[in-house]
Amino acid sequence: MFTPVYGVPDSEAAGFSRFLYSRIATMQQRNAFYSTAPPDAHDRERLDNVHPTGWRNPQPAGRYNLVVVGAGTAGLVAAHAASALGAKVALIERDLLGGDCLNVGCVPSKAIIRTARLYAEMRNAEQYGAQIPSDIRVDFAAVMERMRGIRARISRSDSVRRLIAAGVDVFFGQAYFTGTDTLTVDGTKLRFKKALIATGARPNTTCIPGLVKTDYLTNENIFDLTELPRRLLVIGGGPLGCELAQAFCRFGAQTIIAQEKPLFLPKEERDAAQLLSDAFARDGIEVRLNTRAVNIRVEGGQKLVDLVSDDYSTTVAVDAILVGTGRVPNVDGLNLEAAGVDFDTVTGIRVDDFLCSSNRRIYAAGDACLEHKFTHTADASARIVVQNALFLGRQRLSALTIPWCTYTDPAIAHVGLYVRQARERDIPVKTFTIPMHDVDRAIADDEEVGFVKIHVKERTDRILGATIVARHAGDMINEITLAMVAGIGLRTLAHVIHAYPTQAEAIKKAADAYNRTRLTPRIQWLLRRWLTW
Amino acid sequence: MSSESLINEQSLDRLQRAAFGYFLQAINQANGLIADNSRENSPASIAAVGFALSAYPVAVERGWMTRADAVKRSLSVLHFFRDSDQSGSPEATGFKGFYYHFLDMHTGARVWRSELSTIDSALLLAGALTASMYFTANTPEETELRELVETLYLRVDWRWSQGGAATIRQGWKPECGFLHYGWEGYNESIILYVLAMGSPTHPLKDDSYKAWTATYQWEHLYGYDYLYAGPLFMHQFSHAWIDFRGIRDRFMREKRCDYFENSRRAIEVQREYARRNPHRFAGYGENCWGLTACDGPSNLLLELADERRRLFGYAARGVPYGPDDGTLSGWAALASLPFAPEIVLCAVGNMLQRYPEMLTAQQYSSSFNPTLAAAHSSAWVSNGHFGLDQGIVVLMIENHRSQLIWRLMRDCPYVHAGLRRAGFRGGWL
Repeated sequence: MFTPVYGVPDSEAAGFSRFLYSRIATMQQRNAFYSTAPPDAHDRERLDNVHPTGWRNPQPAGRYNLVVVGAGTAGLVAAHAASALGAKVALIERDLLGGDCLNVGCVPSKAIIRTARLYAEMRNAEQYGAQIPSDIRVDFAAVMERMRGIRARISRSDSVRRLIAAGVDVFFGQAYFTGTDTLTVDGTKLRFKKALIATGARPNTTCIPGLVKTDYLTNENIFDLTELPRRLLVIGGGPLGCELAQAFCRFGAQTIIAQEKPLFLPKEERDAAQLLSDAFARDGIEVRLNTRAVNIRVEGGQKLVDLVSDDYSTTVAVDAILVGTGRVPNVDGLNLEAAGVDFDTVTGIRVDDFLCSSNRRIYAAGDACLEHKFTHTADASARIVVQNALFLGRQRLSALTIPWCTYTDPAIAHVGLYVRQARERDIPVKTFTIPMHDVDRAIADDEEVGFVKIHVKERTDRILGATIVARHAGDMINEITLAMVAGIGLRTLAHVIHAYPTQAEAIKKAADAYNRTRLTPRIQWLLRRWLTW
Repeated sequence: MSSESLINEQSLDRLQRAAFGYFLQAINQANGLIADNSRENSPASIAAVGFALSAYPVAVERGWMTRADAVKRSLSVLHFFRDSDQSGSPEATGFKGFYYHFLDMHTGARVWRSELSTIDSALLLAGALTASMYFTANTPEETELRELVETLYLRVDWRWSQGGAATIRQGWKPECGFLHYGWEGYNESIILYVLAMGSPTHPLKDDSYKAWTATYQWEHLYGYDYLYAGPLFMHQFSHAWIDFRGIRDRFMREKRCDYFENSRRAIEVQREYARRNPHRFAGYGENCWGLTACDGPSNLLLELADERRRLFGYAARGVPYGPDDGTLSGWAALASLPFAPEIVLCAVGNMLQRYPEMLTAQQYSSSFNPTLAAAHSSAWVSNGHFGLDQGIVVLMIENHRSQLIWRLMRDCPYVHAGLRRAGFRGGWL
């Protein structure tokens, strides 16, 4: 039975991790389902929504049309969608409904990023013709309380009550397959016609010697902090590391970010990553590229981390370490062998393009099986599974057009092919680039860092992909995604009236630039001839 | 008087000769090595040696140096490299036919724990090959010179420099092996690939050039279609030795362009960026540009000035994404001369008229920054001079004036073979 563990021993609060709340609990129960967040009203509300105290699992209702294992984004979407279509659905969750996104991912990170951005703007007030406040004091506890309030509010839509109202049987506990069409949860056997494994992923923390022996942060516990670490080392230059490094730096933590690759966000194009490096440097983050953390130890109450860049070794002393070195799928403890489900501990459940596993009754969705571990991808893949598993659908994962965004400042968003991917496929590609300093609204907003790059197939207006670096790149990329899904080319986009002044006008400018390239010298000559009347 | 008319043939000659003067001032006569820069205790730069070896024929043709003196200097440094320690140890000079980026001016040993640099080795060898194509007399000295160059070129193990990857690695260190990143995107390394593909002894794998060009980005920016690279030097260095007019690889055939025309468009993009001047730096304009890799003011200066601005020191400045701290390089504009003479002469004249302080001892400083004006309102100017800056100025002015380096290298069989293996066709090829 779930019982939230609240409170923290006084001795611990005064000890080595003074800025952490209940670190002992976290260390002992890293993979357990106990929240270590402070027991405020916000978290009581959230927990009441996503794992209420005193919950009792229902009696199984015979054979289910669909049993969903994992109630993160993919699981919740599938359960709601299947139930709405009349299926008998059971949903199993070992921890908190809403999964990483709601509890330890997108929602809390975006909440604190917003506050961090505000602090950055206060410090740069003169840039906007405003006075810098005389006393900019970061109230970290207030930041985190705001975050918890937002998280609690959003948790209402993921609540167990909504699931019950939708007709979903909700079970809390560890799922364990006992056959190709059965599993148990908390000692109760469930039979299914179809099952969906949507168990998500967890931080990959196995790669640094000494890490497991020390106290460290991941996305799973960083939102439990109640005090700002004075010195923070972020290991890993992926989306999580980049977003939180910038946020904590803006809160006032002396932040170092160490990235093994030559640039941040190694999947993104180099200009985007370069702009991000520059933005980090402007914020005051100490950027260490081409750098590996090779050893971690604790001495005198501080963490000493050995960093190696090619042949240069240095040791940095910090108060906290945030590990953002990738994610591994949750495939352990499910007894997948009994279900005949093939899996890999690195890449997750093996699925075909229809998201079906090696057991035709069992599908997978979300981080447990996908390369692109995003909330919206989990959502989309779950909808595919509902169609394919329950309604003889033949929807393909490969047919999806998936955008994504890293919510740094500036944000970096992408959809479709990168230039390199297009060229590797022998697709001639041309990029229409609009720097944000050519966009009136970006100039007015003093948000000129960045660009819109739209990649088209050479000598056509067919959009292959796009990368946007801008303050609001995440919102702007949706227009390109819509165009790609609808088969709208740049020529048509040029005819779409964009409200002026908006930063999304950059997309219109790219489309206009495309149109101008259609004015070949011959056409220009003809136009001149025509206009001689 | 128009800015263009300020730069006539005489002033070009003066600027070119002054730039060549660097190689007379910065040489160690004992071994022919050239200092990276004119500051005290500067190490030698192998790339600067490459520029020197190409500049000596220019000096002979222009009457600034006797042929015998040029041969002597060339032989001196070629002997040094042939006999240098190629063990790859931390204190050696090179390994596998490549050389460490920076060497001790006197002993020739590696300094600053620098990397075994593939691109800088290529620039050195391009210079050596230029010398071998120019000094073709049937004398013992010039025959020996050609044999030395042959030895140095043929012993380079280009395939090893791939480190098992599809493309050439940027470098190698004895302490950690290959630097774990390669070349990505268009840059100055066509000369590297051409020399590496043309080797009869240790050439790259057939698909390596294609693998590198797969990272190219063809962009439409500010109204111009071009192969993107931010810093100006990336559009210049390979062009110092190879005449890209009319010859095209597969990529350029697809784009109906060539690398020479591409560099001209890169100049237009620089002008457009400077005209927009998004960071509102002093001085920028369509006739005042030149963002490239160069020395620059550092944050140390910033602290003294008590200003809120980031400065980058020595950095590869580029357009349109920066970094940009208001620092420009006059030499970078002048080194674009062959691509767009009318535009460049106008810009060079304008820049020299407005900021004459960028020339010290008639040589271009690495950079100047009008935004950081001193009390008497002259721009901040980088101290001393850098060999690469002077070298590219000498070679590109010469290519503009007589096309000497281009003509020499057109006949180089290794360059020919490398270009063809990389897929170049048409034009003089």
